Amino acid sequence: MRATVRIMPRTGVHDPQGEAIRRALSGLGFPEAAEVRQGRLLTLEIDAEDPEATRTRVEEMCEKLLANPVIEDYDIELGP
Amino acid sequence: MRTAVIVFPGSNCDRDLEVALQAATGRAPLRVWHTEPTLPDGLDLVGIPGGFSFGDYLRSGAIAARAPAMDAVRDFAGRGGHVLGICNGFQILTESGLLPGAFVRNAGLRFVCRDVHLRVETADSVFTRNYPPGAVLRVPVAHADGNFTLPESRSRELAEAGRVAFRYTDRAGTVAESANPNGSTDAIAGILSANRRILGMMPHPERLADPALGGTDGAPLFAGLADAPG
Repeated sequence: MRATVRIMPRTGVHDPQGEAIRRALSGLGFPEAAEVRQGRLLTLEIDAEDPEATRTRVEEMCEKLLANPVIEDYDIELGP
Repeated sequence: MRTAVIVFPGSNCDRDLEVALQAATGRAPLRVWHTEPTLPDGLDLVGIPGGFSFGDYLRSGAIAARAPAMDAVRDFAGRGGHVLGICNGFQILTESGLLPGAFVRNAGLRFVCRDVHLRVETADSVFTRNYPPGAVLRVPVAHADGNFTLPESRSRELAEAGRVAFRYTDRAGTVAESANPNGSTDAIAGILSANRRILGMMPHPERLADPALGGTDGAPLFAGLADAPG
């Protein structure tokens, strides 16, 4: 089973890298991107059968390591 | 005073920290590798050095904070032990939950490697007691993810509790955006734990604690530690 974890800076947290990307886009002739936020995407190949149990475990992974709750939000998608 | 320095793969300021601690305490710090689940007995202070532990992978200090040695440091801190985290060490302390806040990329996006000025905001800690309150020091910084971030309300709480140890200022001791190398909330360069025994700071006092290094503004921090009860 594959778990895809998307980690993004929380609303209100300053994202200098997203800002740099926005400026670069604007400089390239794409001024319509008013805001860019940069996050992380992690894929985990999980050796397990039960989606419920797997989701709980991946949430724990996020809480314990993968995301910093002070500055990041996360969401989890499970697939085959 | 017995001290130890935790070393992670990628730590690179451990030796400088050991030299500064030895000069101040007269005793060589013990070196603890990150996989050790317990600390040596009888320690008074644990140092968490600067560098790029685990390559800054995932987030700076995130993986180091989960190392077995940091479990031992959490216990040690819980029993009232003193901890000094410098640069990556400060990042590790916030990731460990031993200090509040978190770090994001420097606001200017560049790795900043230069001297800055710090104002001592409180002399009420073993780390800062040898500085007159309001003293302005010159200390080097070297970081890309030094932007210390926490909600404004929390920053105010820390300030009211006298837990802000240092702020970035100009050489006259005035907080100004141009004097803030990384965009940290309220120009915070270092903070103390609630019991005032844990200090995390982004600048490197150990790099300016010996005349041979071009200055000694960092030396009183280590001297203040050495006077601490053993």
